Amino acid sequence: MKKLLILVVFLVSHAAYSAPLTIEITESEMGALPIAVVPFGWQGPGQAPSEDIASIIGADLKRSGRFKTMPPKDMIAFPHTGTNVDFRDWRVLGMESLVVGQVKPNGVGGYIVRFQLFDVFKGEQLAGYSIPTTARDLRATAHHISDLIYEKLTGQRGAFATRIAYITSIVQKEGKRKIALQVADADGYHPQTIVTSTEPLMSPAWSPDGLKLAYVSFEKGRPSIFIQEVYTGKRQRVASFKGINGAPAWSPDGRKLALTLSKDGNPDIFILDLAKRTLQPLSRHYAIDTEPAWSPDGKHIIWTSDRGGRPQIYRIPSRGGKAERITFEGKYNARASYSPDGKLITMVTQIGREFRIGVLDLASSQFQVLSDGALDESPSFAPNGSMVIYATKLKGQGELAAVSVDGRVKQRLALQVGDVREPAWAPYSQ
Amino acid sequence: MKLKMIKFVPLTLAALLFVGCSTTEQKAEDGPAPVSETPDKMDHSMHGKDAATSGADAATGWTGHPLDDPAKLTSTRVIHFDFDRSEIKSEYQAIVIAHGEYLAQHSSQTVTIEGHCDERGSREYNIALGERRANAVKRLLMAQGATSGQITTVSYGEERPVAMASNETAWAENRRAVFAY
Repeated sequence: MKKLLILVVFLVSHAAYSAPLTIEITESEMGALPIAVVPFGWQGPGQAPSEDIASIIGADLKRSGRFKTMPPKDMIAFPHTGTNVDFRDWRVLGMESLVVGQVKPNGVGGYIVRFQLFDVFKGEQLAGYSIPTTARDLRATAHHISDLIYEKLTGQRGAFATRIAYITSIVQKEGKRKIALQVADADGYHPQTIVTSTEPLMSPAWSPDGLKLAYVSFEKGRPSIFIQEVYTGKRQRVASFKGINGAPAWSPDGRKLALTLSKDGNPDIFILDLAKRTLQPLSRHYAIDTEPAWSPDGKHIIWTSDRGGRPQIYRIPSRGGKAERITFEGKYNARASYSPDGKLITMVTQIGREFRIGVLDLASSQFQVLSDGALDESPSFAPNGSMVIYATKLKGQGELAAVSVDGRVKQRLALQVGDVREPAWAPYSQ
Repeated sequence: MKLKMIKFVPLTLAALLFVGCSTTEQKAEDGPAPVSETPDKMDHSMHGKDAATSGADAATGWTGHPLDDPAKLTSTRVIHFDFDRSEIKSEYQAIVIAHGEYLAQHSSQTVTIEGHCDERGSREYNIALGERRANAVKRLLMAQGATSGQITTVSYGEERPVAMASNETAWAENRRAVFAY
């Protein structure tokens, strides 16, 4: 009986730990590159690690929308090293790329993961690495391998070994809501709660070095802005003025925070110097001014203002100056942020009666709607600019979704419990 | 409608339970206010001669906290708004004015005005919009003589919905300002 109980507890906690998000490609894989990632071999005495490196890599590549991965059941050979590969096998199956690899022990709790990437038609190796790691970091190592493969085959840096932050809300038995700020791998695994509250938590924003999160907490019944170190949990309150303390946004150098304060009567954008603790007003207008975001070069700030009667996106030099409106399409545009190269901005846009994610090309003024939900919000670019993660609603439940920046590939990251919202994609760690 | 009823019951029960204490509670307040807050209808029925014109209502004098008197507009604690708007709609003006008059007459009474929004649009913009709604209520309260020291405002944006569905009815219910005494 005791044994059974332990087993059940293990299963429950394991499930909660390792599979919180499910990935589902909602659009076609047309134009995706066919690739086979052969299950990795185990070279050594004792038990092979429980993490399946090849399936993690396969899921990453598939998730990007750029690859069509072959299910292992369709494979006719299972080589672990290049010398055992017969390229004819893979040409017959229509594969263009092939990944093989193996894991071997490396001291106590350590492993070495070797992998090779091949061009099937040329029959030549494109990349090959041997990476020392630990049991704990095996998933991270798999994501790094995905990044290497992705970059080799697409020419663009991968963003698989990155993280996301988001807010969850779970209604507990007594009807009380438990709100949490969580951090997880970009594929949704390893979720870790870093703040919980019975009052609203909002607007998580990563520092440029990926080590801190700024967020809004209503824990004293009114909003304050906190900055918390992600790994130590240490935090400080940086804004708790009368009225709104909201929408924190880090400057690219990490020294300043743009934020919304209504201490002077209505919401305006301010710049808080984190070292000097000085506050500079940026926008001064009787209308609503909120949701600031910095351009990647730090020279501009875009934000939401309804000074023209409806919420639209405006831009102003971050040192102050003349505000100019930059969105003209649609009657409601809000919560804008720049792509990492500064060429695009993504935002919430109203299309008819629905709220969707839009992207504006700043040079051409071309506007494209990326999502197809009715209540989409909080878009956030991946650090390589390839995708936008956002919050959507399905059957009354908040979920996270991601879409390729061309709008072609969509996926859902469905948390199994509760309402999930306000995703923020972390920058590359430095 | 059903929701409003359910919400009201505990208030009424609580008020009834406090019937015995109502004198002490009134004493705790400053000034002559409790007298003016004694329901008119009760006065009439006691005077007798007006009984005929006061009708059946006259017999049921409210003995709970005057703010909870179901016969008074101040017992309504929630007003609603149009999408992306913060003007107080004509049908709610009298309610806000009644709260303002009560606050003006009871200078030690304080209230928190919560501004709320529906789930549509972006969250931080909705925080700002909720504050604008709360401020619109505050301005009208002050126009009746309430002082800014009596009124605290807080916006919860779309973070605290009362209706969980994603439809027009739920949205209309969630776009609200709440008088929290």
